[in-house]
Amino acid sequence: MGAIDFNKRAANLLVWLLLGTMPYWMTAIGGYVELGSRAVVLGLGAMSLNFLLGYTGVLSFGHAAYFGLGAYGAGMMIRYVAPSTGLAIATGILVGTVAAAIIGPLIIRLRGVYFAMVTIAFGQVFYFIAFRWNAVTGGDDGLTGWTRLPIDLGFTQIDILHNPIAFYYLVLVLFAVAVGIMAFLLRSPFGRTLLAIRENERRARFLGIPVDRHIWISWIISCGFVSLAGALYALLNNFVDPRALYWTQSGDFVIMAVLGGMRSFWGPLLGAAIFVVLQDYLSSQTENWMSFLGLFFVLIVLFFPRGVLGIIRRKVTP
Amino acid sequence: MTLLRVEKVSKHFGSLIAVNDVSMTVEPGELRAVIGPNGAGKTTFFNLISGFLTPTFGRVMFDGEDVTQLLPARRVWRGIARTFQITEVFPELTIRENLRIAVEVASGYRLRVWQSQDADGEVKARVVDLLEMSGLTEKADRLVGELAHGDQRATEIMMALALKPRLLLLDEPTAGMGDQETYDITQLIRKLHRDQKLTIVLIEHDMRVVFHLADRIMVLDQGKFLAEGTPQDIAANEAVQAAYLGKAAA
Repeated sequence: MGAIDFNKRAANLLVWLLLGTMPYWMTAIGGYVELGSRAVVLGLGAMSLNFLLGYTGVLSFGHAAYFGLGAYGAGMMIRYVAPSTGLAIATGILVGTVAAAIIGPLIIRLRGVYFAMVTIAFGQVFYFIAFRWNAVTGGDDGLTGWTRLPIDLGFTQIDILHNPIAFYYLVLVLFAVAVGIMAFLLRSPFGRTLLAIRENERRARFLGIPVDRHIWISWIISCGFVSLAGALYALLNNFVDPRALYWTQSGDFVIMAVLGGMRSFWGPLLGAAIFVVLQDYLSSQTENWMSFLGLFFVLIVLFFPRGVLGIIRRKVTP
Repeated sequence: MTLLRVEKVSKHFGSLIAVNDVSMTVEPGELRAVIGPNGAGKTTFFNLISGFLTPTFGRVMFDGEDVTQLLPARRVWRGIARTFQITEVFPELTIRENLRIAVEVASGYRLRVWQSQDADGEVKARVVDLLEMSGLTEKADRLVGELAHGDQRATEIMMALALKPRLLLLDEPTAGMGDQETYDITQLIRKLHRDQKLTIVLIEHDMRVVFHLADRIMVLDQGKFLAEGTPQDIAANEAVQAAYLGKAAA
């Protein structure tokens, strides 16, 4: 037991150390800071999905809906209402979370494939709205004509627009808060009821856990954090387009989570990092980069169902 | 006062009548066995009591209140806990974690995101008690899925017990077990009944277990009530013998 605790702490330390120093080694290994920001933002999305998938045992194939709503919420706030990065992020989270809370009761009674299918369907509804509603969303061309804005702290300004390192640290701070909350929740009695549902829904029900209600809460938490990721994604790109809402984006999150290891807390982040780096590298080499990523994914799933982090873990713990 | 009163319940699945007009009353502190040949409707009858199914006709009264339409979780809150014929536990968690979840839920902490050191200490102490009572202490930190069937079953029973039930329903607690495991589980059930004065209703195929444990026995056959009485009554009952022998001969 002691050894496992020690390993966990060492892993946590390593993750935060790597994340905290990213801008300083990223360029040395041939990357660039925005790539790091992208990995952290999508990693947050995949970890949020995994709160539901890996820790509640519910597979959503429609998380892009809330990711995209967060992105559009943030972009439209700056574009149409108020030029404030903080307000944009808050709006993105609010829009995505409220949508999830409303849609939740309609879907939480479904299980397995049925749940996954209906989450896709709801995601596509938002996609088509964004795609068609040219006047407001910019349609297929996306929402343009806005940028993220410097953060005014009163005594000083942080120029996150022109300084990618400053923006990276803003992303990292919000990531840390979100991930910290998720870890805290998972270690609580409420978090353990989610594990119970994942492990055995029938037993959970007959322990007196109102399973549907707890899945609903977990769904809202998961979607809330994925909409934060969406808002940050919009700010990162200074742009939103309907692809952020498209079902393939949901698929990407699932791939990241499974690739990295959905039974490990940090697995999806690693999955997202691998995904982002491979995408960046392969797409500059070949247009068919997705098939190589797909092949890699299939191999991992076939031979290492616990994901990349699962392999590392098995090596570390005897 | 009667703890459980099942009033003329029936369960139809299409044209199949799995349980047909069965009534039963269980007094506090009683250990009741429900027996019958395969297909007698025992598990369906159990499911009607625990809320896994709702009856087509009839009522289930628990502690004087009608619980016929209540969802399983709500019946648990009122004090009805159960185990399943095929053991239902949390396989990728340790015994300790399995029990801890049960204790926390029973303590009303299921929605808590933070708990005080004191509350946490009480939960842990209760888990230790349950472990000792069941003799699982040495295996407490092993994953339940890796344990022998008998230990898994004991874990499930202790999880049900962690809920501090007023009525414990055990569906074939010794199914699929060897002699030693059957003996251990039987002793555990006997201890719960004797020491904690727990009211228990169990379905069981192993007649040694039934006659060793039960205060009273109810016999079902093809969904219908066949007989009820003390173990001696049932052993001497000709209709019961015919039901069992009839099956054996066929």
